[in-house]
Amino acid sequence: MPTNTLNGRTFEVDAEGFLTRRDDWDEELAQDLAAFIGVELDEPHLAPLRFMREDSATTGVTPTLRRMQSVGGFTVKDLFALYPGKPAKKMAWLAGLPKPVGCV
Amino acid sequence: MTTTTAPRVTTPPPGFVMPDFGDTRGPVPGSAPAHGEQSVPAGVAAYQGRRKMAFICSKGNLDMAYPALIMGNAALGEGIEVHIFFTFWGLDMINTRTNDRLKFTLSGNTAMHMPDLGRLRPGLEHVSMPQAMGNLPGMTSFATRMMKKQMEDLDIPTVPEFLDLLAASGAHLYACRLTYDMMKIIEADLHPAVEGVISASDFIEIAEGAQIIFV
Repeated sequence: MPTNTLNGRTFEVDAEGFLTRRDDWDEELAQDLAAFIGVELDEPHLAPLRFMREDSATTGVTPTLRRMQSVGGFTVKDLFALYPGKPAKKMAWLAGLPKPVGCV
Repeated sequence: MTTTTAPRVTTPPPGFVMPDFGDTRGPVPGSAPAHGEQSVPAGVAAYQGRRKMAFICSKGNLDMAYPALIMGNAALGEGIEVHIFFTFWGLDMINTRTNDRLKFTLSGNTAMHMPDLGRLRPGLEHVSMPQAMGNLPGMTSFATRMMKKQMEDLDIPTVPEFLDLLAASGAHLYACRLTYDMMKIIEADLHPAVEGVISASDFIEIAEGAQIIFV
C-alpha cells in the first residue's frame, strides 16, 4: 500500500489515493486535502463529509449521492455546486472513506 | 478562536497519491491530444470540450427504462456532460401519465428466471419461464410488482424520481418532436425536468463530440 506524507503526517492510502484507515482522518487533514482541489472547507462543505463519516460508520460503505439526499437530507444539486465535477468521489476522498461503489 | 495560520499548500507534494478528479483535464493549447482522441479523420475538427455522453431511450418497458437512467447518473457523478433523448416508446418515461406505471413483461424475454425458485429445488433459479406463462392474465402486473419491489429493496428510485435526480445532477433531457406529435402528447404532461421537444437533427447537433448509447 502506498503512503502519503503531508505536513509531517504519514497515512496509508489505496492505489488511487483514498485513505485506507478511516481513523487516520480528522478535519484538519480534510482541510489540507481540500486545498489541492481548490476547495475551502466551510460549514456547508463540511456537513456532508460529517454525514458520510457517520453513515459509513454504521453501514460500512461510503454513501452514494442518492443516499445523501434520501437519508442525509442534502440535495444533490447543492452537492454538485459544492463539489463540482465528481462530487461523490471528491467528498469520499476528503472524508477519508473508500471510493463509493454504489451504482445509484 | 481563529488563529492566523500560514496559507495552505495548494499543490500536493511530489509523490503524493491522489485520485484524478478530472478538474485539470480539458484542452491545453499545444498539448498532445488525450488518449482516445488521436484518430481523427483528416479535415474533421476534433471535439475539444469535456467528455460528453448522449443516451437515446427508445423503450417504454420498465426494465428497459433503467439502463440509461443508471448509466447517465453514473456518468454525471464522473463529471461527464449528459444528454438524454427520449423517442418512440421511450417517451413514456417522461410522460407523467405513464412514467410511474411502466410495466415489465415475461413475454419475449427468454432470460426470465426467478432467483427465489432455487429454494424450491436447486438449479430451478436458472430455468427460464415458459413463454406461455407471460400471456396469463395478471402475469404482467405480477411481474411488474415483483421487479418494482426488487428495485425498492436496492433503494433504486422510481422513474419519475430518477428523472428528478438526473436533473438535479445537471442532465439535459429532451423529448423527440416526431414521437411527441405522433402520440399527441401535450406539454403539460411532460416531466418538468424535460428541457424541450426537439427534432432528431437538433439532437444530433447537441450530441457533437458525445459518446452515444442507444437503449
